[in-house]
Amino acid sequence: MAEKCACGQRFAPVDDLGPLEEILRRYRDEKGAIIPMLQDAQEAYGYLDEGIMREMARRSGYQLSQLYGVATFYTQFRLQPIGEYLIKVCHGTACHVAGAPLITDEVSNQLGIKEGQTTPDGKFTLESVMCVGACSLSPIMIVGEDTYGKLKPTSIRKILKGYYGEAAGSEVEDE
Amino acid sequence: MSGKSDKGDGMIDLIIDDRECRAPRGSTILEVCRAHGIDVPTLCYDERLAPYGGCRLCLVEVEGARGLLPACTTEAEEGMVVRTSTEQVESARRTSLELLVSDHPMACTGCSKSGNCELQRLAKRYGIEESRYKGEKHEYPVLRDNPFILRDYNKCILCARCIRICREVQGVGVYDFVNRGFAAVPGTPYDRPMVETPCEFCGQCISTCPTGALTARPFEERERVWKREMARSACAHFGVSLDEMMEALGVEGWKVRTTCPYCGCGCQLDLSVLDNRVVEVSSPVMVGPGQGNLCIKGRFGQDFIASSDRLTTPLIRRDGEFVEASWEEAIEHVTTRLREIRDRSGPDALAVLASARITNEENYMLQKFARAVLGTRNIDHCARLCHAPSVAGLAQTFGSGAMTNSIDDLEEADAVLIIGSNTTETHPIIALRLKKAVMEHDCKIIVADARRIRMCYFADKWLRQRPGTDVALINGMMNVIIEEGLFDREFIESRTEGFEDLKKAVAEYTPERAAEITGVDADLIREAARTFATAERAAIVYAMGITQHTTGTDNVIALADLAMLTGNIGREGTGVNPLRGQNNVQGACDMGALPNVFSGYQSVTDPEASRKFARAWGVESLPQQVGLTVTEMMDAALRGEVKGMYIVGENPMMSDPDIRHVEEALRSLDLLVVQDIFMTETARLADVVLPAASYAEKEGTFTNTDRRVQRVRKAVEPPGDARSDLRIIADIAEALGYSMPAREAEEVFREMASLTPSYAGITYERLDAGETIHWPCPEEGHPGTPILHKEKFTRGKGAFIPVEYKPPAEEPDDRYPLVMTTGRVLEQYHTGTMTRRVPGINEIDPANRVWISREDAEAMGISDGDLVRVSTRRGDIEAEARVTRKMPGGLIFIPFHYSESPANRLTVGRIDPVSKIPEFKVAAAAVSLVRKSAGGNGSGNGSGEGRPGGGE
Repeated sequence: MAEKCACGQRFAPVDDLGPLEEILRRYRDEKGAIIPMLQDAQEAYGYLDEGIMREMARRSGYQLSQLYGVATFYTQFRLQPIGEYLIKVCHGTACHVAGAPLITDEVSNQLGIKEGQTTPDGKFTLESVMCVGACSLSPIMIVGEDTYGKLKPTSIRKILKGYYGEAAGSEVEDE
Repeated sequence: MSGKSDKGDGMIDLIIDDRECRAPRGSTILEVCRAHGIDVPTLCYDERLAPYGGCRLCLVEVEGARGLLPACTTEAEEGMVVRTSTEQVESARRTSLELLVSDHPMACTGCSKSGNCELQRLAKRYGIEESRYKGEKHEYPVLRDNPFILRDYNKCILCARCIRICREVQGVGVYDFVNRGFAAVPGTPYDRPMVETPCEFCGQCISTCPTGALTARPFEERERVWKREMARSACAHFGVSLDEMMEALGVEGWKVRTTCPYCGCGCQLDLSVLDNRVVEVSSPVMVGPGQGNLCIKGRFGQDFIASSDRLTTPLIRRDGEFVEASWEEAIEHVTTRLREIRDRSGPDALAVLASARITNEENYMLQKFARAVLGTRNIDHCARLCHAPSVAGLAQTFGSGAMTNSIDDLEEADAVLIIGSNTTETHPIIALRLKKAVMEHDCKIIVADARRIRMCYFADKWLRQRPGTDVALINGMMNVIIEEGLFDREFIESRTEGFEDLKKAVAEYTPERAAEITGVDADLIREAARTFATAERAAIVYAMGITQHTTGTDNVIALADLAMLTGNIGREGTGVNPLRGQNNVQGACDMGALPNVFSGYQSVTDPEASRKFARAWGVESLPQQVGLTVTEMMDAALRGEVKGMYIVGENPMMSDPDIRHVEEALRSLDLLVVQDIFMTETARLADVVLPAASYAEKEGTFTNTDRRVQRVRKAVEPPGDARSDLRIIADIAEALGYSMPAREAEEVFREMASLTPSYAGITYERLDAGETIHWPCPEEGHPGTPILHKEKFTRGKGAFIPVEYKPPAEEPDDRYPLVMTTGRVLEQYHTGTMTRRVPGINEIDPANRVWISREDAEAMGISDGDLVRVSTRRGDIEAEARVTRKMPGGLIFIPFHYSESPANRLTVGRIDPVSKIPEFKVAAAAVSLVRKSAGGNGSGNGSGEGRPGGGE
């Protein structure tokens, strides 16, 4: 699934059932299409909102527990609204060895949120992902559309601060 | 490995642990082992569920197979050689157990499952006290978010039995595995508390949980557990089960098997008793109609037994106030007054109301008391208000009026028409069989109901007919079946008569005309007719939505016609199946607690039957005229013709239509005696109130809705001076100078069976030996009759009787623009005397609510939770509005369980001319807003959609 920019305005508000209706129509005659249905809903709304999931269950005939079970089994699904910037810390083997857990801890400390959560101001969402395919730059994190490599815990504060200023992001930070 | 084929008898031979075993082809290895008494340990297996193969404890060695195979999912084959306890097998099991135990709190002392825990038993068996595998342990909070089910995921072993039973058996799906890997638990969506899920609180998950992860909160109240705590600690210490422990300690009567006192399903209960108190309720797996499954009422609704509201002493009204009295005084008082009335005004000035709640023996005794002792012809009970039309309608068409098939064989149906039955709520356990038919072999369910009931989620078709238009709908379906030649010509020719008349009559009911009357789309009527007629086995299931109309008997006849037309009688998975509402309403009718028949439906006007009973009861003669029905008794009381009433276990002040009329009638009596377990609304009007024993405090039998006679056994002593109805009636009879030699339940049953051909072969001995017997059972060796009308109808040939559509007695007009219908909800039972005394039930269903459609609510400016007034020509009540899309516009629904806003203050007293049933299901009503809810927007906790049904 191609990652999209995490800007809030790209997603439909959860009280707009239009996109959901379209999704339900798409999979009406398919059995066992829970995963694509959830993927499309996440694409449309940015995350799997409880109200949307209830409505999906009611109209698709699946039990809410089934949908939720699938949604929590796969890491690709988000149950919380996504912030303006999605922070993806790579935990692939190379990054893990290079200290990815420390990076996640530091982001978590700086922002006061745990994995899967969004900051109260709606700015950042923190996630861990598997290999992003740039092992030579490990450890890596991606903030929105910007990639940062060869990270150290001490570099996190500055990077995040950059997103509160005028200009956000930069190219791969090389030291 | 398979090689040899079976010998044509569907059986295979294999060798397990050097023993030769025979089993039906298709059995799993585990099933063969269990059938031959070979013990194979399991944790994720439950006979009620499809095999899962998750726990890896049932691994066995099969010669020639690679690796070990799970016995629960491997099919046994001809010639297989299986070993269940080799070293390799045992070692694999030990490893699996140790892995489970590595994240399970093994200090069993203090765990409420100790003694009944499957993990505890196996750990003991394999000598595992702690695991060799050390690792992270879970620390989940214990969840007590509802009154019934406690969830402690620290004890969960992820066997998925709760998830599967909720989905496969209950058809609801509250749980699924949430998260994955180490973090996985069988949780609810978005960690919602159970009350915000579709949970029906049946407790099936508790019944299958192998560990203490899911337990029943009410059974763990402090006053219930202290003695069990000791036993559980001992179980933890010695590694034995609670039953074994109790046996070793010599505690007798600790577990009593009996029959549930709620609806007509007749589920078997095991009541655990300590210190004269029922401390736990369970149901034996694969036994009885429920097969181990119960509903909220059966599992959690038994607290009324020990309620402090129970009547414990006789009460006599003196100067307007109830005064406590001794039994001698009370009996003296009652008999004197009964004699006075009989001597002054004749025996027919007395009337007896028997009860669909008490035992067969007590009902038999009551009709004997009425007819032989009092000499009155007036005896009836509230079957009049539920299935009198079934008895009348099916007697005319088939020759006998009861469910034609058994609950067990409903599962075999390929199509089921459910009409006027909210099965999941009023007969939850029968609904499980219907859901199973859908889930297991794609049975097509046709729901015909104005409300979107939960069964709709399992339905292939849903016909939303206007209340009171059932005859038009069924005639419309029959029109299609005849037009399209889908009827069963052979069956009609060989087994029935009167087909031409029917054909002529239903020719008028084209789908278009039926659509006009019923509001159901003509094409939908056509499709439903085709689905029903083309199914190999099609059954009809109905309840009060069919009977409680002024056309109740006609409705039943139309259904009988439909079944005969399609040849769906006398085979498994077919039939006309009236679901009876109360635990023993079938039995009360069978026992002759009706104004026109003795036990076994022997007519009182038949001189031979009358002579037979008179001789057996040692009296000169018995009243030979048909007596008054419940509804007629009330009218007669108002006219002063009935002066004394003796009411046992009934509450007409709640259950009868037009309560104000009932109250006037009861107040005008010279004598009202009420015998009950609680001070009911009716008892409050009595001159004498006699405290009776509840079902858990006496011996006897109930006959459930599918004519299955089952034992009721005494588990605890009655409170205070309360006595069994049997004893009270016998004492009063003797005080009136009549000798009642048969006083014990078994003696009474024997006397009854000797006079009742359909019960003649049934004995306590057979029932206590565990036999399942459906009447008719004419002689001792007879196995009973689960399916009626197999070779021929009771009346010989089945009679087609054409019926015409007639509109309901009362139709909406300008002043009363809505149609009101009444009924029941899952959590409550009948007039609420029992369920409303159960704290947990009160917590989740505290008060009456008026169900109203979204469109009507919007038009009247009513939001969910607002207080509204409902009025009809009879009176008005106030209750909260429940705005829901389950209701169609123009219709409101009010359950009748709640004494503070009794639906029957509103209902019509008009009755069906044949069966005398009142029209509870249709009245013209108006709704007005009294007060907006405090929440204002009505979107608070009381969301009108309530807990959504399965699939929603």
